[in-house]
Amino acid sequence: MIQRFLPLIVTSAVLVVGFLLCAAQFPNFASLRVVGNLLTDNAFLGITAVGMTFVILSGGIDLSVGAVIGFTTVLLAVLIEQAGWHPAAAFAAALAVSTGFGAAMGLVIHVFRMPPFIVTLAGMFIARGMGFVLTTDSIPVNHPLYGVLNDVALRFDGGGRLSLPAMLMLAVFALAVVLAHWTRFGANLYALGGNRQSAELMGVPVGRTTVLVYALSGGLAGLAGIVFSLYTGAGYSLAATGVELDTITAVVIGGTQLTGGYGYVAGTFVGVLIQGLIQTYITFDGSLSSWWTKIVIGALLFIFILLQKGLLAVWTGRGGETAEA
Amino acid sequence: MSRNRLISAAMAALFIGFGGSGAADAAGDKLVVGFSQIGSESGWRAAETKTAKAEAEKRGIDLKISDAQQKQENQIKAVRSFVAQGVDAIFIAPVVATGWDSVLKEAKEAKIPVVLLDRQIETKDPSLYMTAVTSDTVHEGRVAGEWLAKQTGGKCPVVELQGTVGSSPAINRKKGFDEVVAKNPGMKIIRTQSGDFTRAKGKEVMESFIKAENGGKGICAVYAHNDDMAVGAIQAIKEAGLKPGKDILVVSIDGVPDIFKAMAEGEANATVELTPNMAGPAYDALIAYKKDGKEPPKWIQTQSALFTPDTAKAEYERRKDAY
Repeated sequence: MIQRFLPLIVTSAVLVVGFLLCAAQFPNFASLRVVGNLLTDNAFLGITAVGMTFVILSGGIDLSVGAVIGFTTVLLAVLIEQAGWHPAAAFAAALAVSTGFGAAMGLVIHVFRMPPFIVTLAGMFIARGMGFVLTTDSIPVNHPLYGVLNDVALRFDGGGRLSLPAMLMLAVFALAVVLAHWTRFGANLYALGGNRQSAELMGVPVGRTTVLVYALSGGLAGLAGIVFSLYTGAGYSLAATGVELDTITAVVIGGTQLTGGYGYVAGTFVGVLIQGLIQTYITFDGSLSSWWTKIVIGALLFIFILLQKGLLAVWTGRGGETAEA
Repeated sequence: MSRNRLISAAMAALFIGFGGSGAADAAGDKLVVGFSQIGSESGWRAAETKTAKAEAEKRGIDLKISDAQQKQENQIKAVRSFVAQGVDAIFIAPVVATGWDSVLKEAKEAKIPVVLLDRQIETKDPSLYMTAVTSDTVHEGRVAGEWLAKQTGGKCPVVELQGTVGSSPAINRKKGFDEVVAKNPGMKIIRTQSGDFTRAKGKEVMESFIKAENGGKGICAVYAHNDDMAVGAIQAIKEAGLKPGKDILVVSIDGVPDIFKAMAEGEANATVELTPNMAGPAYDALIAYKKDGKEPPKWIQTQSALFTPDTAKAEYERRKDAY
């Protein structure tokens, strides 16, 4: 049993050790404020990464999420500021559009048997382009509800706060754990990612699951877009560029296999926090180039992929032995 | 699953256990300033960072720099980290004008003064920052435009390389230049597109301009929102078989060493200087504020001087080490 959880344990250990090292070096690091910041600042990344985890578990990939976030922020700004919509209506519209966008990509992937990489790459260009068509400027959102929502937070001593985006992210992760491990949809997902053909033979509704998982990823990217819009209080078509790669990284560092069928949502959460931790460390240090974030993340990614590969080899080796014996 | 729960419980205990400690200030009496820099997209930006470091050293200030790699979310994260760290002041060179209210509110609640460097922000609550040290970017565009109008007798079809879409220098440098164009009926902006303040993009966009304008025959001048894009454009003009500085005039803004070099070689015609020493006046304002609580004016303006090829060589020698 322990091997099943090994990637998750290693990832969590990296996070804890990393946090302790940071805390040892900077006295202000080990505070609720830093922990709260980690959750708030990475909320949009975490929410997107949940969708990405599901997509990768199903054996696919979704490169469109960053562009969908950018598009959503622009759509919200245009609807609220220029068309005079109430933010709640705009949020609903944004979620509907992003979910529909994801579902459409899922449909294309399933019906035409197209590689998800290509379809979602096209989706990325389309979403980014649509944002620019709406507006090339960065539009501030001045609706009073934005101010109110940004002030919603559980406050702790020493300036720590659990903001609305952070709470949303935690809720999304909690729901995602339930969805992945205790529902039919979750079981179908793992089956589909493990082996498409045998899943089909087992009677897994492959088409429906594929469409649903991309719809879910699109919808969560839309939700992340709403969080991002609150976070910056503006719509900007260049927002969240490259986030798709950050989320894939978080998912892989979190122990999910890029080939699908194996992994945990909880691992993704830890993966997101590790990225945030490295970034925070470099800001605290203040003299390192911030590009070290990328180098460290790259190295971690590499190590984790090797680890997965190694574990896989060990398991299959063992499996063979037992079969012979 | 239980192992999972165990780990998360251990982590929670860890966070809470450490929560109380951590108020001690490691740096002692030295002023600590956190500087959220946009990135290093241009030579000017690199010089600003370098000057900020040098000026901090001169005044015995401990400067922490965070490079945001052109992303606002990274800047917001950096500002939050600076607040968490308890620095004495935060400098921000904001990548876009909007979206700063909520994080600046946190800085204000923590009583940390914020100084904006070289770019303004859009906010309804100006008390969120102490002061902004910037040049008048509209004026820069105007100076560049006026020079070009005078040089060409007010008759000139211009192509424009804009800065990063939505950034305040791109908006304002366009605005100032457009004012001059509006006053001169013979001047016209025939094509305009963003080159993202980078050399590579400047070159790429200029190539497409030249192709679209009949091999560059219809273009009298290129106006670039920064020198780096102009340097890229010069390259594109040369590759198209034309003479930059003669067949197509080149005017840009910033005053980085490379443009002085290009001017000395006759390949560029004018630049409007944007001094990279933004942090110096900001430190002085901050020190005065910390000493007697004297609030600086809301806007500290730097100069915008025009330079032409006759002084280019000397200016290049003077600058090449600062960058």
